[in-house]
Amino acid sequence: MSSDSHEAQAAQIRELLRTEGAAVAENTRGFNQSRYDAVDGLDDYDALRQEARQIKEDAIERLPALIDELRETVEANGGEVYLADDAADANAYVAEVCADADADRLVKSKSMTSEEIEVNEHLDEQGVDVVETDLGEWVLQLADEAPSHIVAPAIHKSREGIAELFAERFDPDEPPETAEELTSFARQKLLEEIAGADVGMTGANFLTADTGTMALVTSEGNARKTVTVPDTHVAVAGVEKIVPTVEDLQPFVELIGRSGTGQDLTSYLSLLTPPMDSPTVDFDEPETPITEGEDDRSFHLVLIDNGRLSMREDDHLRETLYCIRCSACSNSCGNFQSVGGHAFGGETYSGGIAGGWEAGIEGLDTAAEFVDLCTGCSRCVDACPVEIDIPWINTVVRSRIQQGSEPEGIDTLVDGLTPDAETGGFDRQKRLFGNFETLATLGSAFAPVSNWLSNAGPVRAVLERVAGIDRRRDLPEFRRVTLVDWADRPGDPALAEATTTALAEATSDDSETPAGTSDDRSEATSDESGTHRRAVLYPDLYTNYWLQERGRAAVRVLEALGTDVVVPELPGTGRPPLSQGMIDTATEKARTLAGQLTPYIDAGYDVVVIEPSDLAMFREDYDHLLPAATADRLAADSYELLEYVFGLLENGADADPLASVDGETVAYHSHCQQRTMGLEAHSRAVLERCGYDVTTTEAECCGMAGSFGYKEQFYELSIDVGERVESELTAVEADHVVASGTSCVDQIEDLLPEQPRHPVELIDPEM
Amino acid sequence: MTVAQPDLYDAFAEEAATYGVELTRVDVSTGAVRETLAEVIEQPAVGAPLPWEDVSLPASVTTEPTPAELTEATTGVTAASFAVAEYGSVILAATPDGSEPASLFPDLHVFVLDAADIVPDMRATFERLGDQFRADRSSAILATGPSATADMGALVQGAHGPERVHGVVIDR
Repeated sequence: MSSDSHEAQAAQIRELLRTEGAAVAENTRGFNQSRYDAVDGLDDYDALRQEARQIKEDAIERLPALIDELRETVEANGGEVYLADDAADANAYVAEVCADADADRLVKSKSMTSEEIEVNEHLDEQGVDVVETDLGEWVLQLADEAPSHIVAPAIHKSREGIAELFAERFDPDEPPETAEELTSFARQKLLEEIAGADVGMTGANFLTADTGTMALVTSEGNARKTVTVPDTHVAVAGVEKIVPTVEDLQPFVELIGRSGTGQDLTSYLSLLTPPMDSPTVDFDEPETPITEGEDDRSFHLVLIDNGRLSMREDDHLRETLYCIRCSACSNSCGNFQSVGGHAFGGETYSGGIAGGWEAGIEGLDTAAEFVDLCTGCSRCVDACPVEIDIPWINTVVRSRIQQGSEPEGIDTLVDGLTPDAETGGFDRQKRLFGNFETLATLGSAFAPVSNWLSNAGPVRAVLERVAGIDRRRDLPEFRRVTLVDWADRPGDPALAEATTTALAEATSDDSETPAGTSDDRSEATSDESGTHRRAVLYPDLYTNYWLQERGRAAVRVLEALGTDVVVPELPGTGRPPLSQGMIDTATEKARTLAGQLTPYIDAGYDVVVIEPSDLAMFREDYDHLLPAATADRLAADSYELLEYVFGLLENGADADPLASVDGETVAYHSHCQQRTMGLEAHSRAVLERCGYDVTTTEAECCGMAGSFGYKEQFYELSIDVGERVESELTAVEADHVVASGTSCVDQIEDLLPEQPRHPVELIDPEM
Repeated sequence: MTVAQPDLYDAFAEEAATYGVELTRVDVSTGAVRETLAEVIEQPAVGAPLPWEDVSLPASVTTEPTPAELTEATTGVTAASFAVAEYGSVILAATPDGSEPASLFPDLHVFVLDAADIVPDMRATFERLGDQFRADRSSAILATGPSATADMGALVQGAHGPERVHGVVIDR
């Protein structure tokens, strides 16, 4: 991507922040908080998620058979089923149904799938008047705007904006102003539209193959009117909406409202087995009892493929089909909360999961327009009711986009610094950040000269022009003496030599978990034999070359608690290239590191990690990059630093040598991936044990997210997201501000007068 | 949350109240059901016949309404097939006698529920619906509180459907 296109993207984001940001932020953050409250009230939340996930996995696995079964059932019920290959095929069929019904007007309830195929535009060309009856969708139809959110499509519109729109369009004698007046006005207008409709169109949230029942999750009652009034009902639904039985609906019904807008249930769940026995309401015969009218309902189910059956064959995009379109990934996303779906969305879908949908349905070009707004922070993974690994899907999509594009041409500045394993056309910005390890090594070797140079005006101008690194950000100040040098605890040289043989094993699927390796974390840090624990403190790039105080404090804290610590020279985890979508490079790094770490694990060492994004590599991402046995071992034997300290203390280590205070206050911003791994509580507990009074932030992400906030096209968005963390931290007026992740430290440092420290520095015996 | 049978009514009432749904409980043997309904109903009223032999609608409720009567009615009275205690929800069957439009168009929906027809949770709900739909391929609405929207800048009760819901729960 060129600097010009960066500027265009920055300008679009700036405009959306100005015009829609406030309304989007208020609504999405409200939904997100309600989600937390709603799932808290559910005893068996995780069990329901697992059940929902299993139902979807099973249904997608045997989708062709379920399509056949549903077709037979619906036809036996008296309806018709049409399996449409693509949008044009579906639209042609719907137009035919409308022609057969001699339809002048079709009323619709809200359906993303109908927007995907753009049926409104198609029917309009055929002379059919299409009216959206969901109030939000109707507002957008009147305003000729696109939805900004998959559940609440007009989330970007304010009440005042809607009032102006109605006044302008309808010129009423008494223009409605309050939300109640606007709703009542819209209800009356739309009742007239529904009364005169010939066809009603709905989507379907779920379809049950055993009975041909469709479930519609709604609140307004417009979907009920849409199917009740006219005698012809057309439902358009992606093939992935099919579940085997009526009973399978239960976990989804309990999860979908809570996950989306934070409601236990929406007002109405329509469970329709059409054609229905319920009489139509024929407003052309206003004085004839509805029960005496002609009861000849017809029903057409249009099942849409449009790329889905190919996604089903794709090992990485398949999970997208489990999506139930609840919007949790949008509402829990820091970036989405700032800009909404008009920036973070494609042709139809928006939010984190849109990367998969748009790549599968529209193609990589469409996904490329927004997928970099997913920073991989992983907060959506916790929020997703079917546990979709959305960041991984977006990493794969990003990788495919770059692989399929042309290289940007040779540039000596970037190419010399980027010895990655990628083929294809990764742009310079991605390559530079993806090769951060090389930069850090060189930056350290030539410090402090490299620091003076890298932050000098002319160099920053070049970096911005060539690689899109925003000059408003300070670059890291590399340290000439690394943490490894300072610690001078290289460990057993034999272990380092074991690397070569271990490498072959680590990358082979056949290697078995060695006896004595425990998967049980509570036991792993226990000390039943009475001997000391031995730990490798992993010298991540940031701690090794840059944020060294936290590394030094970590060594002192662990040793004070009786742990033997080694800090060997170890390569990077591959996080920087992975976050740029450079999967091949990340895999190569993962293999190398696994090969060097496994001998330590074999020898009984625990792996202690300071940087949460690197721990997330071990625990989450290596599962995609390494053979399962290797990934499992690293995941099982690696610990976040404060998690490890917590374990030592819980198992009887003496806390006395640690620094302790009496009630000093701490404002703590954990790290997004650390929270997703469930490890925020450990830092908090350890600090409290040492006498601190801790307040944690609730913002989902600091907005920096690795390289994201350094990129010129995203700088302003990153700052906007970060300001939420800033206001939370400032409000605490704490004695200490601490953060676990490097990105968070960078971001907070740019927003607050002080540089935050790592929690371990507050318990450092030398403090 | 799974609720013991005797407590199902209380659990249902408590949850329904969180959506602003008031309940009136009445014993069939007192013969006061029609009277109770007449008190709750605001005229004009439409409805669908109740499915129990010993309970019927007041004469003031128009059954088999015309489209004009439907849109003019303030109240719609229909039976609920059963209720879900954990969620305060009712199951409204879409029957040939027009219960679905009667429960949908008027501002006030009054449902009549047999107190014996309350199931504890969603699992029981979908077990019952699964058996029913496989047997008769019918349709139903799981309704929880009045219709609502947040699309006009604030939460509003009463969107396309009723803005108020009242339940009359009968005991035998």
